[in-house]
Amino acid sequence: MDFLSYLPFDLPHPALLLAGVLEGTVLAAVLALTALGLSIVFGIMRVVNVAHGEFYMLGAVLAWFVTTWVAAVTGGPPWLGFAVALVIAPLVVGAIAAATDWLVLKRLNYDPEATIVATIGILYIIQQLALTFYGPYARPVEAPFDFRVATPYFGYSGYKLVVVGAAIALMLVVWLVLTRTRIGLVMRATQYDRETAQAFGIPVDKVYAGVFALGAGLAAIGAVLIVPIRQADYLMGGDPLLLSFIVVILGGLGSLRGTLVAALFIGLADGLISTIYDATLAKILATLLVAMVLVFRPQGLFGARAA
Amino acid sequence: MIKSILLHGAVIALLIVLEPVLSEYHHGNLARILVLATYAVGYNILFGYTGLLSLGHAMFFAAGMYGCALMVRLAEWSVGPAFLFGVVCALVAGLVVGMLALRTIGVGFMIVTLMFAEAAHLTIAYYNEYTRGDEGFTIPQAVRTVAGLDLSDTTTRYFAALVLFSVCLIGSAALVQSRAGRVLVAIRENEDRVRMLGFNPFRYKLLALVLSAVMAGAAGAAYAVLFGYAGSTFASVQYSIFPLLWVLLGGPGTTLGPLLGTVLMFYLVDYASGTVMPGLAAFVEGSFGIEAPGLASAYLLLVGIALVLLVLFAPRGVLGVVRARVMPWLP
Amino acid sequence: MAADEITRGTNRRTLLKGAAAIGAVAAGSQLLPGAARFAQAQSSAPIKVGFQVHRTGIGAAYGRWYDRTTKAAAKLINENGGINGRPVEIIAEDDGTDPKRGAEVIEKFANKHECDVAFGTLFSHVVIGSAPRAGELKLPYFVVSEGHHVASGMLNRYTLQPGITDVKSQVQSMAPWVADNLGKKVTMIYPDFAFGHDHRDYFSEAIERQGGNVIAKIAVPPRETSFFKYLPKIPKDTEVLYHVMVGPGVLTFVKEMGEYFGDDRPEIFGFIDSLEAVDIASPGLEFLEGSHFWEGYPRYAGPNQSEHDKFYRAAVGVDDNGASLSDPKDISTYAHMFGCWETLHILKAGMEAADYKGPKDRQALIEAVENMDVFPESQAHPQGSKLFNGRTHQAFAHQHISKVEGGKLVPVHKTSIFDTYYEDEVDYTKMSF
Repeated sequence: MDFLSYLPFDLPHPALLLAGVLEGTVLAAVLALTALGLSIVFGIMRVVNVAHGEFYMLGAVLAWFVTTWVAAVTGGPPWLGFAVALVIAPLVVGAIAAATDWLVLKRLNYDPEATIVATIGILYIIQQLALTFYGPYARPVEAPFDFRVATPYFGYSGYKLVVVGAAIALMLVVWLVLTRTRIGLVMRATQYDRETAQAFGIPVDKVYAGVFALGAGLAAIGAVLIVPIRQADYLMGGDPLLLSFIVVILGGLGSLRGTLVAALFIGLADGLISTIYDATLAKILATLLVAMVLVFRPQGLFGARAA
Repeated sequence: MIKSILLHGAVIALLIVLEPVLSEYHHGNLARILVLATYAVGYNILFGYTGLLSLGHAMFFAAGMYGCALMVRLAEWSVGPAFLFGVVCALVAGLVVGMLALRTIGVGFMIVTLMFAEAAHLTIAYYNEYTRGDEGFTIPQAVRTVAGLDLSDTTTRYFAALVLFSVCLIGSAALVQSRAGRVLVAIRENEDRVRMLGFNPFRYKLLALVLSAVMAGAAGAAYAVLFGYAGSTFASVQYSIFPLLWVLLGGPGTTLGPLLGTVLMFYLVDYASGTVMPGLAAFVEGSFGIEAPGLASAYLLLVGIALVLLVLFAPRGVLGVVRARVMPWLP
Repeated sequence: MAADEITRGTNRRTLLKGAAAIGAVAAGSQLLPGAARFAQAQSSAPIKVGFQVHRTGIGAAYGRWYDRTTKAAAKLINENGGINGRPVEIIAEDDGTDPKRGAEVIEKFANKHECDVAFGTLFSHVVIGSAPRAGELKLPYFVVSEGHHVASGMLNRYTLQPGITDVKSQVQSMAPWVADNLGKKVTMIYPDFAFGHDHRDYFSEAIERQGGNVIAKIAVPPRETSFFKYLPKIPKDTEVLYHVMVGPGVLTFVKEMGEYFGDDRPEIFGFIDSLEAVDIASPGLEFLEGSHFWEGYPRYAGPNQSEHDKFYRAAVGVDDNGASLSDPKDISTYAHMFGCWETLHILKAGMEAADYKGPKDRQALIEAVENMDVFPESQAHPQGSKLFNGRTHQAFAHQHISKVEGGKLVPVHKTSIFDTYYEDEVDYTKMSF
């Protein structure tokens, strides 16, 4: 093991490595959950939805409202409110997204630049409505169940591992829907060639509204799952927006497999580099690393080269 | 061409004439707006004319700001040379980022510029010892002089900002009406055709990006010396999105759009946060007895609504509409 | 060494003199009912106070409570006859927790609203971005920021911080108690930006003076949303873990600390900033039981509550647990917001001492405040007595250490004002106006 002494850094303590891997995996799951909806919307509609992070924030804020309300009305355990939130939040957020598509995006004919501007506007509208009705506070939502996993070095939240599992399950479901069902076929047909799909009698308008709602709903489900390990606050949409964009681009346009690999890559890069270097320096290096991958492989890890 | 010279001359003349007329409040606002509009003019060269949407321009603004402010703070340079150094920093940053980021297109370009800017923002935080990070530092009033002129004096500041803005405005107008400018527009419309005609689009895009970065950096350095503060907030994502909004509002691909957009957005935010939303909140409280502290602060709601309406009904910005309907010759 | 002793000696004498004065002034103030001055009002035009407030952006939770406290203080002052017989009008403008907008708002106060003074705001970058403009516009700017920027000499003659102690005072005054009661080997975990670095630098110095040392310094990057991966960097032989965090991720930070340690934790000492506006009884925070916090002003009303605190709480609308009277889930920023209340009262006292009539008396107002040295505990100063250093424009006050017991914060130690004092780093009174 002598050669290790030539490494440009000291090997981190195993406790640090373990924490880096665990946290990196959780971050990857969080990113996969938030990027999933974005990836579908981006892949199928070729729409850059800047307001995606706000749909995520809305999901978290709704989770707070629903769990608080259920606890107050029924006095039931935390998992009850959580289960209700898991159903209500994506439905409400999906409906809002469908309305947005119908009121704004459709009228813009999904023109890329116009959509970016419109969704920046929608971002502000959603964020400010949250500030008005929810307030500026970061509020906690209790996990439906929690247990502490003991490692040789430290304790770890069991719920975080559940989030990892949920992320995998959700991705699997979405993949199955896209590849094995009629709805998925319709979506892929629309993605492949919009005009031809229309000619074959596919109601492209409805598919688009549905896809946009699905993307937002997935963001909301992700938010409900994640909010017990974070909090709900009205500015929380910014962070996943940037990171999940990066994940989607890095993974390659419309490639679910790419999204997953990119989420893992970014999560683990962030987790592990920060165990070796000073944390802020690690963030700088990780950011530059991802940027360089994109510079030298603009089509992403798994995407076909864009026309 | 004559029309264009007359138009730009008239705008600059108007800004000169306004100086003694404006109330103190609008006078102060306009001085700041001119600095920010310089940033927007630079952004417009890349976005409006060349069709490249950068989400990382704050790094160029910050390169100018810190290049200048740190030289004043640490090396005790006087602000004149420090300003030039800031502009050089932005130029170098533009070259380096351009060489790399211009290998990508479309959304890839947005993300790569965003990430370089994020790395720059974090770098400012990392070298906190020198930069004071997010908190930033002031540049004492006493050293903010150039050739014996006190830049913190309101009139001097106004004219300093106006000179900077005018140079960049005329520069951008000259550029877009030159042969190189027409190549940039052609790249925006159809890059492949430009390549087929025997031009090297990369070199023109790099030119646009570097010029854009230089103007952004000049604006950043000017902000530091005119308003006496440098801080890493100016390197954050928000400050990359601002010039995009200003340009979109005023009219991308029009020389005067950036100024108009910056003015409109400034007063929209100012009016909405100071008057409309608190008034609305008071009305709700008075009529329905509901206390609405959140509503009073939700002025960005109006900004959001304005953006959506704009893109639905005037997607080419105010001057884009004017050009389409009234003045087709508008540069 | 010798020179150091002399300055410390001088400071101590100044302080003792001040401490004696506190008693005298407190007695005297009883004789001056506010209404007596009301009759002599010459002009009834309101005194306009431009209030720079974080309504949006990351400071919004603080801003909302700064707003409520300020309104309550203004209401009280007006009920008692206003300032020099003139009512106070608070003109609030959102600074967006942004230094550019902050500077713009200062200009708006001076040039559009024609305010007499500007006041408010917490986040240091907004203060530092705004102060140069306040100085150039010659607008007195009273900040409630707890940053060391005022006393460090970075700002200008027009910027003052008389209502709250700065971070340097807060941090250094904690070291003796921490070293005596919790341990001498300290690991610090703090945000990697200026505020965190102030904690790192001032506490490291202060604990070394107590014979202790900081064995590890863990900086967390700005805008981090998960913190767990930094915790294994805490050395095993840590006796005291010192934490301070700000922003919306604070609860995650503290919860993850609990998951990490379980039952086997070192002594934990935190700044309440890590849990300001957050309920101590939130799920996941049980492990904090028995740990300690710095508090600028104790959040929970204990058995020793002063009548002034009782009055202040009721006026602002805060219950005995530090939450809003109308919504027990709405936790106040109790350790900081008192600064708004006290600053407005100092403004009143300053304007009355300077016989303030209008903007031309702004210099006289600054000089009047610079001449103050003691703020005795009173309705106007419910947090407690303070000493004000006119040269550095900075106030010094008692600090509190509280222990978490039964999901509440129970005060266990109150520092002397002397613990917060440090040598002058600037003399603003020597600067021209």
